[in-house]
Amino acid sequence: MKTVLKVIAAFGLVAGVTVGANAAEYPLIKPVEQDWSFAGPFGTYDRGELQRGLKVYREGCAACHGLERVAFRTLEDLGYSDAQVRALAAEFEIQDGPDADGEMFMRAAIPSDYFPDPFPNPQAAAASNNGAAPPDLSLIAKARAVERGFPTFVFDIFTQYAESGPDYVYNLLTGYEDAPEGYEQQPGTYYNPHFLAGTSLSMAPPLQEGLISYDDGTPETVEQYAHDVTAFLMWTAEPHLEQRKRMGFVVMLFLVGFAGLMYLTKRKVWAGAH
Amino acid sequence: MSVNDTTEPTRRDFLYIATGMAGVVAVGGAVWPFIDQMRPDASTLALATIDIDISQIEAGMSVTAQWRGKPIFVRNRTDQEVEEAQAVELSQLKDPVARNDNLPDAEPATDLARSAGEGRENWIVMIGSCTHLGCVPLGQAGDFGGWFCPCHGSHYDTAGRIRTGPAPTNLPVPVLEFISDTVIRIG
Amino acid sequence: MSGGHSTYTPKTGIGRWIDTRMPLPRLVHDSFVSYPVPRNLNYAYTFGGILSIMLVVQIVTGVVLAMHYSAHVDYAFDSVEKIMRDVNSGWLMRYLHANGASMFFIAVYLHIARGLYYGSYKAPRELLWILGVIIYLLMMATAFMGYVLPWGQMSFWGATVITGFFTAIPLVGEWVQQLLLGGFAVDNPTLNRFFSLHYLLPFMIAGVVVLHVWALHVTGQTNPTGIEVKQKTDTLPFTPYATIKDAFAMILFFIMFAYFVFYIPNYLGHADNYIPADALKTPSHIVPEWYFLPFYAILRAITFDIGPIDSKLGGVLAMFGAIAVLFFVPWLDTSRVRSAVYRPWYKLAFWLFVINSIFLGWLGSRPAEGWYIPAMQVSTVFYFGFFLIVMPVLGLIETPKRLPNSITEAVLGKKKGTASVQPAGANASPETKG
Repeated sequence: MKTVLKVIAAFGLVAGVTVGANAAEYPLIKPVEQDWSFAGPFGTYDRGELQRGLKVYREGCAACHGLERVAFRTLEDLGYSDAQVRALAAEFEIQDGPDADGEMFMRAAIPSDYFPDPFPNPQAAAASNNGAAPPDLSLIAKARAVERGFPTFVFDIFTQYAESGPDYVYNLLTGYEDAPEGYEQQPGTYYNPHFLAGTSLSMAPPLQEGLISYDDGTPETVEQYAHDVTAFLMWTAEPHLEQRKRMGFVVMLFLVGFAGLMYLTKRKVWAGAH
Repeated sequence: MSVNDTTEPTRRDFLYIATGMAGVVAVGGAVWPFIDQMRPDASTLALATIDIDISQIEAGMSVTAQWRGKPIFVRNRTDQEVEEAQAVELSQLKDPVARNDNLPDAEPATDLARSAGEGRENWIVMIGSCTHLGCVPLGQAGDFGGWFCPCHGSHYDTAGRIRTGPAPTNLPVPVLEFISDTVIRIG
Repeated sequence: MSGGHSTYTPKTGIGRWIDTRMPLPRLVHDSFVSYPVPRNLNYAYTFGGILSIMLVVQIVTGVVLAMHYSAHVDYAFDSVEKIMRDVNSGWLMRYLHANGASMFFIAVYLHIARGLYYGSYKAPRELLWILGVIIYLLMMATAFMGYVLPWGQMSFWGATVITGFFTAIPLVGEWVQQLLLGGFAVDNPTLNRFFSLHYLLPFMIAGVVVLHVWALHVTGQTNPTGIEVKQKTDTLPFTPYATIKDAFAMILFFIMFAYFVFYIPNYLGHADNYIPADALKTPSHIVPEWYFLPFYAILRAITFDIGPIDSKLGGVLAMFGAIAVLFFVPWLDTSRVRSAVYRPWYKLAFWLFVINSIFLGWLGSRPAEGWYIPAMQVSTVFYFGFFLIVMPVLGLIETPKRLPNSITEAVLGKKKGTASVQPAGANASPETKG
């Protein structure tokens, strides 16, 4: 057994070295963990934050990024009434058809419609953005993650860390900075050491202080915008998160009780065996 | 779990019963989502209302829209068709009930009760699915000038009431609302 | 299936009527009620039951998902998202199925480890073991094809890489790959056939499981002492003793399962699979699901040509060899003693093997660069060394500890506290409560 422990210790040492070896990988700066209302076993979305996040998305992101998997009807989850959702949907135009004459036509969106894409197809999106098509944001909060490394990824199981995506998005949005001296900046790219796949990305810093006005007195800072829109994007990626965690609590409670009962039963049954 | 129970009752039995009950709850709780998933999903339910633009429908014309996967007949009836339908005595009807979801269940199947209401008697809106076995009836056909189902020969009159043939009831009128003079909302 | 004499006596008229025509109740009674199991089985022996229930969970959730899934490149990703968003309890079904696959593999690895530790593969249980390896192979095929279905980036590129293995075969490789893909690259025909096979294979697994259980019930279970059952006091009836113990272990396992499903459902997945497949853009770092990682490390450990075999074919051969070697384990182990409990050196080698496998898995998740490559090579050598050198040689030179005369003696001896026969390690600690 002692030998076993020694071997484990040896591997631990090796793993320690690895963390150092990884330092050259992207992103240059690992995402700094943020406080999220939806983290942890009892996490819930903050409705006010989601509504603000929607506003940030519409005014700060929607010009380039789609949200094609999100239907307007689901916005009721954000605390809007049916009438508000109808009104909100009607602010968007979507293509429908063909009509009786075989023509496509534009009409106001209704709740069963989905957020319209800002570009008709990926080629058009790429052509308007220096060749880099802006990704759809519906799933972005689950589609990005920065490797946690050993041994953090083991601890993550027990701390229920599942906010790798939101942390990354937040850090990226707030992480733009001036390139270091001597860094050769490609035209049309922006230096951001939090970027997952390099040192610079094609997206210009999308948020500036005061860009979007809040009517509930929330500070209009880049950090606040980034936090709100990231929470909103987590909701678009995982709309059933609250339901999942609520159900999870009941299931866990039940299973633990059931296990206890089963254990007692098992002991009673086995008591007759010897 | 009662396989090895002996004559002594009480605590042991209670434990077994409690565990067994918990097992039943577990199975029951686990089974429900698997049945629940078969119900219409959120995107299907979201299509539960549709708006139909009727501004282009002249008297004697009809449109067919789709609602919940079924055809909706919207017909602007001619005065002659309305008069024909109004002339029918309730006693002549196979199904004397209006089958109009906007009215009480027992409402008699007068022409007014079948139409879109007072002042809009010319409009008739129905689910175009034969009440026999669900085929789509043909318009302006059959012995009564209304609808005729080609599958098994049901004849409906100009108010969509079953007159002869195997269909048991009149073509149902869905919940509808004129949100303006030219737009009908179904559902 | 128990082979021996049946103790089933139908009590009712209907029972007798059925029994004389198709004695299914008798079969069930003999296999799962009166079937004798060694009385000293510990919790490491509960994974068979857990695996059966996990197979059922996977089939049931899978059938449900198939009701909503579209196997077409244009709709597959969307249909999965629809399941996650719109279908009632759809998110639950999908997370159960996706995490269920991982749980299935956790259980199967523990089940295999238990077999290796207690020598469950030794005569007369060679066929039982081989059937198990076949199940494992079918599981891997099923899991791989299932991972392709959501049609995310990892699905697509995983399929591309795995089917690329076959191009390593000399002469016919290209032809075989095109046969598998139904085209020149992973595309709609591939997705369609993978869906078809992903639906089929679990039922084939269920079939082999029946054979596996049949073989088990002919030879009877092994037990931590590795001594065969000799007398009636060595055993207990399956019901209620084993049933209740299995049920308890199942619930504990389900607690872990539920923890993943409800709290960290994407922990075992990969973020890139939430990006729709793009045939023109490979993710910067592609890795298979965790349960394939050790084999992925072995694949990439072969960076050199071996005589006429180039490194590509060498890697593929090594990877398949790593699984194929399992088939020969019953004959590679030369020891007369079955259980590691009485084999101190084998016990050490076993735990080193476990640690090495985990290390290989971790290496599999690393890029093939720097010191990782020599580490993969050393680990791969150890992996094969365990089976091809340690097993045969240790069996010949090791002096085992004294064995108890019977299971009953082992159990009674332990109760008196005279002989300590406890194996080391958390997942293999013997039952002492019973």
